[in-house]
Amino acid sequence: MIKNLAPKLTDAEYEKNFADINPPFAPHNSKMEANRCLYCFDAPCTRACPTHIDIPAFIKKIASGNMRGSAKEIIDANILGMSCGRICPVDSLCEGACVYNERDTEAIEIGRLQRYSIDWFYENWDKTKHMFKAGKANGKKVACIGGGPSSLSAAFYLAQLGYAVTIYDKNDKPGGLNTYGIARYKMSAAEALKEVKLVEHVGVKFKQKCEIGKDVAIDKLTKDNDAIFVGVGLGETEDLGIPGEDLSGVVDAITFIDELKHKKLRDVRIGRRVAVIGAGNTSVDAATQSKRLGAEMVMVLYRRSEEEMPAYEYEYEIAKKDGCVYYFLTAPKRIVGKGAVEGIECVRMKLGEPDASGRPSPEPIAGSEFILECDMVIKSLGQKKRGDFAKKVLGLKTDGRGRITVDEITMQTSKPKFYAGGDCVNGGREVVNAVAHGKRAAWAIHKKLSGEDVDLDGLWKNETIRRKASTAEHQYA
Amino acid sequence: MADLSINCGGIKSPNPFWLASAPPTNSGAQIQRAFDLGWGGAVWKTLGETIINVNSRFWSLDYGPTRMMGFNNIELITARPWDTNIREIIETKKKYPKNAIIVSLMIESKRESWQKAVKEVNDTGCDGIELNFGCPHGMSERGMGSAVGQVPEYTKMITEWVKEVAEVPVLVKLTPNISNVAVVGRAAAAGKADGISLINTVNSIMGINLDNFAPYPSVDGKGSHGGYCGPAVKPIALNMVSTIAKDAEIGIPISGIGGIATWQDAVEFMLLGASSVQVCTAVMHYGYRIVEDMIDGLSNWMDEKGYKKCTDFIGKALPNIKDWSDLNLNYKLVARINSDLCIGCELCHVAAWDGSHQCIDLEMGNGHRVPVINDPECVGCNLCMLVCPVDGCIQMVEVPTGKKPMSWHQYQAELAKNPKCEPPGYIEH
Repeated sequence: MIKNLAPKLTDAEYEKNFADINPPFAPHNSKMEANRCLYCFDAPCTRACPTHIDIPAFIKKIASGNMRGSAKEIIDANILGMSCGRICPVDSLCEGACVYNERDTEAIEIGRLQRYSIDWFYENWDKTKHMFKAGKANGKKVACIGGGPSSLSAAFYLAQLGYAVTIYDKNDKPGGLNTYGIARYKMSAAEALKEVKLVEHVGVKFKQKCEIGKDVAIDKLTKDNDAIFVGVGLGETEDLGIPGEDLSGVVDAITFIDELKHKKLRDVRIGRRVAVIGAGNTSVDAATQSKRLGAEMVMVLYRRSEEEMPAYEYEYEIAKKDGCVYYFLTAPKRIVGKGAVEGIECVRMKLGEPDASGRPSPEPIAGSEFILECDMVIKSLGQKKRGDFAKKVLGLKTDGRGRITVDEITMQTSKPKFYAGGDCVNGGREVVNAVAHGKRAAWAIHKKLSGEDVDLDGLWKNETIRRKASTAEHQYA
Repeated sequence: MADLSINCGGIKSPNPFWLASAPPTNSGAQIQRAFDLGWGGAVWKTLGETIINVNSRFWSLDYGPTRMMGFNNIELITARPWDTNIREIIETKKKYPKNAIIVSLMIESKRESWQKAVKEVNDTGCDGIELNFGCPHGMSERGMGSAVGQVPEYTKMITEWVKEVAEVPVLVKLTPNISNVAVVGRAAAAGKADGISLINTVNSIMGINLDNFAPYPSVDGKGSHGGYCGPAVKPIALNMVSTIAKDAEIGIPISGIGGIATWQDAVEFMLLGASSVQVCTAVMHYGYRIVEDMIDGLSNWMDEKGYKKCTDFIGKALPNIKDWSDLNLNYKLVARINSDLCIGCELCHVAAWDGSHQCIDLEMGNGHRVPVINDPECVGCNLCMLVCPVDGCIQMVEVPTGKKPMSWHQYQAELAKNPKCEPPGYIEH
């Protein structure tokens, strides 16, 4: 129950508020933009991309009208190229590395060009799907635990090498956070599922609503497979650990975003005044979408200052433009209300000495408590690590922060047959990082099981080209 | 996947993409690197007498933000010793037996000198020889390069000398700096050349410095005419390739050269009769790696069109290249402007008003001025569509007239029978 519900919007308003935030290029503009690319050698954009897509190459192929080749260039390096074209923090990755930044010129719109290429691929599915197919069966089996980006990636590349791959996923639908956790104005679930279809197309089997340790015993899984990839992501949102957390109207950001993706917008209940706790990228998704659903006031509470805020600059800008109000140096102390949320008591903070994370530690200012009236509280403090599952069910070593310990290059865990990647390894980063992990694990699994060293990574390809071109040695970022 | 392999006058290569004789083929190490990245063949930087080069050798024509739309050079043939090149040719061919290596030669116009050079080249294992009768600068002043290619008799004579001793196919590379390229093409064919490469570079002066009046590229304040190439020369090259391909007296295979930068460019040359294509400027701009998209793009295009091998489409556009007098005078086009796409720049209006047939008026619509075609005045020239910055905003649409096709030639024949027959086409105001 929510005390004061925000009034419903008109259908037109919902449509406008949740329309594509970064609409696709028209063909004419894509060509103009593609021709602006300098086609750098050993390009910084490619180096900045965790999956090392050969960006100048795919852009040149758009310019030359070789759309098929362009899409292949991307998907060969990144099976979730369509998602990444929409949701990657490009300012911090490829576009941020574009050499045009160095001469004060607009960077090439790499994300939108990538989207243009991959949208073409899926729009022409019947003509293009044959570009990818299952490899000749080699009799070996691989299981992927978890259905998110890293598993999709490992499965896609392994299936093309001839492995029989099965993805075990506890959710109803495959795709993990890509299907469930992306803000609706960035990408719809239906779009995310197109990429799942391509993974299925190369022969990967999906077992949905299937939990390892419950529906399938880990011993049997280990025995039946030649290698196992663990891409179980993260758990539930962290608790606030303050009184009133159980009041009606307190929700966590992941559940809220998921609800938005699978319900009619009109059916999502939103308070008149919403407080979002935490200031990461997920918090921006929750705050902006609350505003777009019709909340009159959205307040984002963060205990440190703007400087330390984890959200990307680009995301923060969206929230500000949507009219979300940021309360920095503000920590929640208690949620107040009778049965349902009526307000949140906060305390002012000041920054002290750096803590273990290297950021200045916030300290409460005594006597500075105040109450913000609100009807809904959205918790967005990051997600719990799945260290317990990894340790107890899978028997894998984890680090002090609950992340699965792996070899940085091969993604191999403490149990030689097990590999891992994505959020359960890095603690929660981008889809593109998860795809890179999955691909690298696929390469290592294949190398171990077949002895063959295939080029699964743009990194490798570029290195080959670079070596052949006899240029000076570089270090990869 | 389609089979991209080709045979150009007896020279075989795994794909039609060859590096032209130029700085990118200056050494064995370079060519081997290029083969690793996918190039099907390479024409070695021209061998000949020892030369000395000037400093400052290249210049480019930039157009708006586009760099190197046209490119020029005053570099001479290889500056490396004859023996070094020969040694590296042998070594490269041994390492890359499937790729085509063609040795380009430019020798003083004496029978003994040419034949001595050809005999040495015979023994390298190379796949062919290309006679450089094309370079317009430097060497031409010494009676070589285009000085040969501009005189059909010399072209035929030297080709014959070479053919007397050559043990591999011989391509003759033609200069575009001549009024009718077919005349020299016929001379090469008469000299028993196995194929023709064209075009070599176009004579050019790239520009003048407005402060010191030095031409570009400048050598100590002075300059000389040089060879022009790059995307800007492609239309000239396409015309010359089709001229050679259509000439009944020539009838030998063609290696197309001139401004090729993408697979699409290559397909155009091949549609006009080239069995291989040669690339230089685009490689000098972006490196050997461009061949990856050329191969990939060509292969995808062939798959899409259902062509299994290159010979399925080589020359397919030639029947469409006609004399003007054979074009249908009763074919009528008018421009159609989609006002929803119009952004209001009015370039079509001013272009038509000042530069063509005053057939686009401006009328009020949707609260701003929109260009409107005045149909009876439109001569279907394409100019408005060409200047329009929005793709698809102006389209040329055929207007059925009910008249049967009639060319100038047909009209002349008709007139001979009936002096009062109705002329084809339309009255222009």
